[in-house]
Amino acid sequence: MSNMRSLTFDAIIIGGGGSGLRAALELAKSGKKTAVITKVFPTRSHTVSAQGGITCAIASADPNDDWRWHMYDTVKGGDYITDQEAAEYMCSEGPKAVFELEHMGLPFSRFDNGRIYQRPFGGQSKDFGKGGQAARTCAAADRTGHALLHTLYQNNLKNNTVFLNEWYAVDLVKNANGDVVGCIAMCIETGEVVHIKSKATVLATGGSGRIYASTTNALINTGDGIGMALRAGFPMQDMEMWQFHPTGIYGAGVLVTEGCRGEGGYLINKDGERFMERYAPNAKDLAGRDVVARAMVMEILEGRGCGENGDHVMLKLDHLGEEVLSKRLPGIVELSKTFAHVDPAKDPIPVVPTCHYMMGGVPTNVHGQAIMQDADGNDQIVNGLFACGEAACVSVHGANRLGGNSLLDLVVFGRAAGMFIEEALNEGVDYLEAAQSDIDSAMARITRWDESSGGEAVPDLRAELQDIMQNDFGVFRQEDNMQQGVKKLADLRERIANAHLSDKSNAFNTARVEALELDNLLEVAEATAISALERKESRGAHSRYDYPDRDDANWLKHSMYFPVEKRLGQRDVNFVPKTVDTFEPKIRTY
Amino acid sequence: MSTLQVSIYRYNPETDSAPYMQEFQLDTQGRDIMVLNALEMIKQQDSSMAYRRSCREGVCGSDGMNMNGKNGLACITPLSEVVKDNKLVLRPLPGLPVIRDLVVDMGVFYKQYESIQPYLQNDTNPPATERLQSPEERDKLDGLYECILCACCSTACPSFWWNPDKFVGPAGLLQAYRFLADSRDTATSERLARLEDPFSLFRCRGIMNCVAVCPKGLNPTRAIGKIREMLLSNAT
Repeated sequence: MSNMRSLTFDAIIIGGGGSGLRAALELAKSGKKTAVITKVFPTRSHTVSAQGGITCAIASADPNDDWRWHMYDTVKGGDYITDQEAAEYMCSEGPKAVFELEHMGLPFSRFDNGRIYQRPFGGQSKDFGKGGQAARTCAAADRTGHALLHTLYQNNLKNNTVFLNEWYAVDLVKNANGDVVGCIAMCIETGEVVHIKSKATVLATGGSGRIYASTTNALINTGDGIGMALRAGFPMQDMEMWQFHPTGIYGAGVLVTEGCRGEGGYLINKDGERFMERYAPNAKDLAGRDVVARAMVMEILEGRGCGENGDHVMLKLDHLGEEVLSKRLPGIVELSKTFAHVDPAKDPIPVVPTCHYMMGGVPTNVHGQAIMQDADGNDQIVNGLFACGEAACVSVHGANRLGGNSLLDLVVFGRAAGMFIEEALNEGVDYLEAAQSDIDSAMARITRWDESSGGEAVPDLRAELQDIMQNDFGVFRQEDNMQQGVKKLADLRERIANAHLSDKSNAFNTARVEALELDNLLEVAEATAISALERKESRGAHSRYDYPDRDDANWLKHSMYFPVEKRLGQRDVNFVPKTVDTFEPKIRTY
Repeated sequence: MSTLQVSIYRYNPETDSAPYMQEFQLDTQGRDIMVLNALEMIKQQDSSMAYRRSCREGVCGSDGMNMNGKNGLACITPLSEVVKDNKLVLRPLPGLPVIRDLVVDMGVFYKQYESIQPYLQNDTNPPATERLQSPEERDKLDGLYECILCACCSTACPSFWWNPDKFVGPAGLLQAYRFLADSRDTATSERLARLEDPFSLFRCRGIMNCVAVCPKGLNPTRAIGKIREMLLSNAT
C-alpha cells in the first residue's frame, strides 16, 4: 500500500447531511481547505426525510415565547440526563441559526403576518410547563428536512465547498500520540483507497437505525462514524437510548410526522378510543415520544391493538379536513397512499412504534470536540476528533429527544463545530504525522474483506443482527433477553470476522460498501446492547420490566461504553447552565 | 404466475466489453412489493448487482431508473404499476454515461443544476429575524421547491439527450424558476439574462415527458413557460 495516494485538507467532514453541511458551510466561508466526504450525494442524506420541523423559540406563533421554556422542555423531555449547558446553548443560539437558514432561502411555511409558521409538537410547553401547550416547531409544510438539506447544499455550492461525493470513509487514522489526524476513504466509483490527512476530522455520519429490523431510517443509516470511533478505541455515551417513534407506518416502517398530532390528529385503538387520554391526561397525544410509544405497546399487549393480529394502532387524521391535509401535511398524504394504501382524508393510518433516533453517540462538548476519560474518570479532549448531529451526544437529548429538536441540534452544533475549528486552525493547531503503521491499522478491515475467500454472506448476517436488536432491545427490555442478545452478538462478531465478500471488483462496488457497513452496524449494536444491559433502571426511552423506576441515586448519569474492555462506566451530567438556574430533576409526567 | 421475469441491464467496466441484459426469476409470493424490494431480492442472489438507494420512501432521489420503458423511483413504484405480462425490464436512466449496471454518471445533470445558481440571492442586508413573506408569496414556491434531483425528468427529455451540455434541462429550469418566483430573491434580471441564449431554456420543445415521469408530480414544463413569459415581458 506504499503507493497509496494521499490528500491533505485543513478539515474534513465525514457525512453530507444537515450537521455536516452546516459545519462545512462555516469552514468554507472562512476559506479553510475543507472537504466533505459523503457516501451518497449530499441531498440523499437522511436529513432529507425529516418532516415536521425544527423546534426553536423564534416567537412567531407566540410573541412571548422564551428559549428558556424550550430549554426546560428539552431537559424534562430528556428525563434529566440532558446536559443543561448544552441545552442552554442550543435553545438560546437556536433563533440565530434558524434565521440564518431563512436568509439562506429555506422555504418555510408562513403565518398571515409573513412570519415563519410554527406548529405544536410533543413535549412542548409555555412557562416552564405551567402555561399549556406551545407551538414552537418551525415548518416547511411536512418537508422541513428536505427544504433544510437542499438549502444547506445550495449554500455550500455558493461558497465552493469541496465535495468528495460517493466516497466512503473506512476508518480513522490516529498518530502515535492517539490524536486523530485523518482517515482512510474509498472512492466508490473507482474503488481507489486514499489516505486523507487533516488537522480536524468531523464525524457527521448521522444515526444507525439500521441496527433494527424495523426502522424509519434510510438504508444508509449504518452508524459509520460510531463504528469508526469505537474501532479507534474511543468511548460512546448513552448508547442504550434509542427513540422509538410512535408513528411508523405499520409494515413499511416509513415515518409519519408527529406534526400530524401537532395539527390535531390522534391515536385510536381497536375500540376507537383515544387512549392517550388515559396515559397522559394533559398532553395526551403530544406527550413525549417515549411515553406515547410505551402507551401504544401497552394497548397492543393488552389486546386493544388493531388489525387481524392486533399488532398496531391507528392514527386518525380525517377530521382535520382536506385543506389542512393538503396544505400542512401533503407529504404524509402521499406516503400514506403509497405505503399504507390509505387516504388519510378518509381513513386512519395503521402505525406502530418504530426505531427512529439514536440519542447516544460520540460524547462531545458544545464545540463538537470529542471527549474521552482519563484514568481517573475525568473528561479529556480527543485531539483532532469532532462530532455533531445524530452521531454526537453533546447531550441535548438525554434519554429521550423531543420532536423537532434534531434539526435544531444539527444546525446549531454543526455551526458551532465549524466556528471552533476555524479558530483552532487560525491558532495553528498541528499534530504529529501518522506513521505507515498507523495507516496500515486503519486499512486492516478493508484489507480483511478484500482477502476473504469464503464464509457467510453479508445480507444474512445483517438480517440476523437486526432481528437480535429488534427482539431483545426494543421498546421494553429485560435482563434475560438482553443477556441472550449480548451473547448472540458476540457470536455474530466471530462470524462477521470470517464473512465473505464475493465481489471484489473496483467500480461502484456496493457489495463492498455493504460489507464495510456491516462492521459498523455490529459495533453500534454491541455498544447498545451492553449499555442497555448495564443501565439498571428505566429512564426516558430505556424501559425495563425488571427495573421499572427511574433511579436517580445511581443513574442520574450518562453511561460511557468503553469498547476495548467492553465495559460500561459513567459520566457526570452537566447541571450548571451559564445564565439560568438549574432545572432540578422532577417526576416526569405529561 | 407468481414468478416474475426480471430483465436487468448489466455492465461492469472492468469485465464487460459491452453491456448486456441479464434475466432473473423472482418469486414475489404474489405480494405487490416495490421495484426496489425486488432489486434487493435480486441482489441477494447476485451481490454484484449495482444500484443506488437511500431513503426508500421517495424523498432522496437516489433510485431513479427506467422501469419497463418509463423513468421513475424504484422505491415508490409498486410492481403492479409497471409489470406487464409478468415481465419487468430495468435499465439505467437514459442518456447519461453508465458507471455500472443501473448506476449512471450524473455529473452533467448536476452541472446544469449548478449553472442556474441554485441558491437565494438577495442584495439587501438581512434583518435580525426572518425576512417576511406572505402566505400567498410562499404559495408560489409550491410545486417547485419539492424537487429531489432524481433526474427522472431530464433523462426523459429528448432536448436534454441531444444537448446535455447546453440545455439546462427540466430539473435545472424548475429550480431556476423556484428562485425567480421567490419574493425574497433580488437577482431576477441576472437569472433571466443567463437563460436568454438559444439553448439554456429555449431548447425546450414542450414535449412534456418531464411532467409525465416526475415522481413528485411536479410540472417543469409549466415552470419553463413561466420563465419564457418573464423573458418576454422583460424584453418589451
